[in-house]
Formats: sequence, structure tokens, C-alpha cells
Amino acid sequence: MSGKTINLTLKVWRQPGAKAPGRLETYRAENISTDASFLEMLDIVNEGLTLEGKEPVAFDHDCREGICGMCGSVVNGRPHGPERETTLCQLHMRHFADGDTVVIEPFRARALPVVKDLVVDRSALDQVMAAGGFISVNTGQAPEANSLPVPKDKADLAMDAAACIGCGACIAACPNASAMLFTSAKVSQFALLPHGRPEAARRALAMLAQMDACGFGNCTNHQECEVECPKGISISNIARLNREFIKAALGSAEELPVIK
Amino acid sequence: MTWVLRMFSTSIGKKQLMAVTGLLFLLFLTTHLLGNLSIYGGSPAFVAYAEHLHALGKLLVVAEVGLVVALIIHVTLAVILFFENRRSRPVKYAVDKSGGGGRTFSSRTMPYTGLLILGFIVVHLTTFSHHIVDQTTRNIFQIAVAVFSQKLYLAIYLLGVLVVAFHVRHGLWSAFQTVGANHPKYMPFIQKLSIVFAVIVAIGFGSLPLAILALR
Repeated sequence: MSGKTINLTLKVWRQPGAKAPGRLETYRAENISTDASFLEMLDIVNEGLTLEGKEPVAFDHDCREGICGMCGSVVNGRPHGPERETTLCQLHMRHFADGDTVVIEPFRARALPVVKDLVVDRSALDQVMAAGGFISVNTGQAPEANSLPVPKDKADLAMDAAACIGCGACIAACPNASAMLFTSAKVSQFALLPHGRPEAARRALAMLAQMDACGFGNCTNHQECEVECPKGISISNIARLNREFIKAALGSAEELPVIK
Repeated sequence: MTWVLRMFSTSIGKKQLMAVTGLLFLLFLTTHLLGNLSIYGGSPAFVAYAEHLHALGKLLVVAEVGLVVALIIHVTLAVILFFENRRSRPVKYAVDKSGGGGRTFSSRTMPYTGLLILGFIVVHLTTFSHHIVDQTTRNIFQIAVAVFSQKLYLAIYLLGVLVVAFHVRHGLWSAFQTVGANHPKYMPFIQKLSIVFAVIVAIGFGSLPLAILALR
């Protein structure tokens, strides 16, 4: 433990409810250990607010180990803050300097509406998954592991895509609030493996149709998603989804599902 | 055939139409530049190139109609995508910056450079197209000299070429990515090609009026 502490000025988005208007409020974060995580810093600020009889800042968090995809706010214009491939819970205060002003905003997208303060509703991502982010298998005994050979390079790529924790930082970072990196990672993790091929065309069209219906923007290849993704998901997955779309749209009998 | 319309009205479908029409324009830019470089062979070579081009007759008309159709698709979808993308984030960020460095000047200005190019095409066609400018009394070289002798048109042309270069710098690699052509071996080359192509467009087309004025 270094024992070093810093003082910060926070500008935090406060919004009492989904329909209520919000605004940036200024708070002091004092004597913050540089060993604290960003969320721990918010916990400390919230303790102070509670003692003052004020409403603490609501923010998303769960595992605090960087694997659940629950946390994430936009810190000084960057989802999950300034560190590459780091979730907000794994971001430490040593990356900030004494006297810094830190602006904390919720993820902004029509498809991810604010519930309260920094908490956003990410149901849209679940809807995209429910539309086709699975494989259909009959129940019964587990098949012999080597009956379906999977090349190592494909397994690696599928694993890289599956590393997506569904936090939504790609949408928050995208100038168009597009969910293409998320959807393409979820399509890729199945499309790359033999288990996912039988339903590949139906899956690509269903997840795309749902993604469009949720009101996300269109990808214009700014690459902001890739640089802000806490799991380093590559935009080559987006190209793969584009290819899967061509195969499904022009090379299969599958129809684009109608989303109500 | 409604399935075709439905497929191409998805977000990816629209983007792929943008990409394919964009690639067509890149092909046009390449032939347009290669042809116009004949100016370096002197004014007779330049005039001969124009005459040979016009001698293509119906083939030229097919190419022109193709380009106009592609332009209508490209511009219509650009407008639709622009407004859809604006609508997808109703509340803007208080701090909006590219800290990670994904966006480039070219990528963030695509809708605006596109609009400027549309305006430039109108000016360019009204000053040079054989459909609009009478070429019976003057040849294309004399027309070019007359146009570029006017400082205003020279400035519009040079600015137009620069804007096209910035549009192409993001458009080229972006089109490959959108049609799914992203490969670990070829993508670094395509991204570099984007910049090289943009520089060639800027210098290649940008040098033409200077060559024409020097030869007059």
C-alpha cells in the first residue's frame, strides 16, 4: 500500500428517474486512496452523501472483478475511463492526479435509457441475445468431445469473441450508438464453431433484425468501439457479421424475421 | 422480390449498398484520373483522350447512367443513415471526445465532406460536362483553360479535390470492412492503401489545373 491520497472534483450526472430531467452535480471526493478502485471511490463519496442526508449516486456494479459486464459509466468522455481493456471496477485511482476534475455520465443511447443517475437499462442487449444468441441442442448425454473437430485458430477466435461481457461500452463509445461490436461478437462466437453453423444464417438475421428494432444506430466504422472495449473485442468480428449477413441474405432460404 | 428490399433495409444492408456504390465511385475516380493524366502528354493528347472517350457512344451513356443511379442510392442512404444515427443518441455527452483515438478527422466528417462533394459535382459538371458545356466551338483543353483562369473556380476545384481525398481516406477501407473483407493479412494493407489513394487523388487531380494553366 502506497498510502498516497488524492482529492478530486466530481461532476456526476444526477437524474431521479427515467422520465425526470437530469443535470451534472458537483461533488468533492477527498482523501481518496490511489489504491482504491473507481467504484470504491464512488462508494466513499456516497458514504459522505448519505451522512449529509443526501441521496447517494446510483451506479451499476456487481462482481467488481471485471467479468460480469454490469459496471460502466462514461468518465471524462470515455466509457470505463481512460485505461485500455479495463472495466470501471478494475480502474484504479492511481490513474488520476490530485486536483483532477472528473466528469461521470451514464452510457448514452436511445436503446439504453437511463433508469436513475448512472444506471442504464441494458435489456436491449438481452433481447438481441434472446433473438438468436444460442444453439439448439437436444438434451441427453454429453457427446464425445472429439466427435466434432475444431481447429485451434477457430477456437481461439471464438473464445476472443466470447470474451464480450455485454457491458455496452461499445454502444456508449460509438458516435452512432451502434451495437454492431456487441452483436457481431455474439454472432461470431457461434459462427466460428461447427456447433453454431447449422443455425448461422437464421441467427445472423434474427439478431440483426432485433438489433435494428431496438433503435441502435448504424455502424460507420469509426473504430471507437474497439478502442474502448474492456475485453479488446476486434472489429474484425463486425466484418464477420457483415459476411454472415451476405451469406444469410443472399445464400440461404432464411427470411428476415419480423420484430413487433 | 420483397425479400431483397427487406434485406437491404437492415442496418447492414444499407451500409453494404453504401459500400458497393462507394467502391464504384473509387473505380470511377481511378479511370477519371488515369484519363485526365493525358494532359501531361500536352494539349493534343488531352483533346484526343476526350474525343476517344466520347467516341464510346452508348457505352459511355451506360456508364453515366450507372454512376447516376449509384449516386442516387449513395446519397439517399447517406441521408437516411445520418438522421437514424443522430436519433440513436437523443441526449449528447457533456464531454464528447475520442480519447482512445478510434475516430479520425475523415471518419467524423464523412457526412459533411459527402455533402460538399455533391455540391462540387454540380459545379464540376456545369463547367466541364459535354452535356452542358458546348464543345463544338472550343475543345476541352480551351474550356479547361477558361475555367481555371478564373480564380474562384480554381479555388473551388482545388478545395473539392481535397474534400474528395478526405472522404476517400475513410471510405476506401470502410467499404472493404462493410462488405466483410477484413482479413488479418490484407487489412493493414487496405488501411494504408486508403491513405495512399487519398494522397494520389489529392495530388493527381490537384495538379491537373496547374498543368493546364502552365500549358496554355
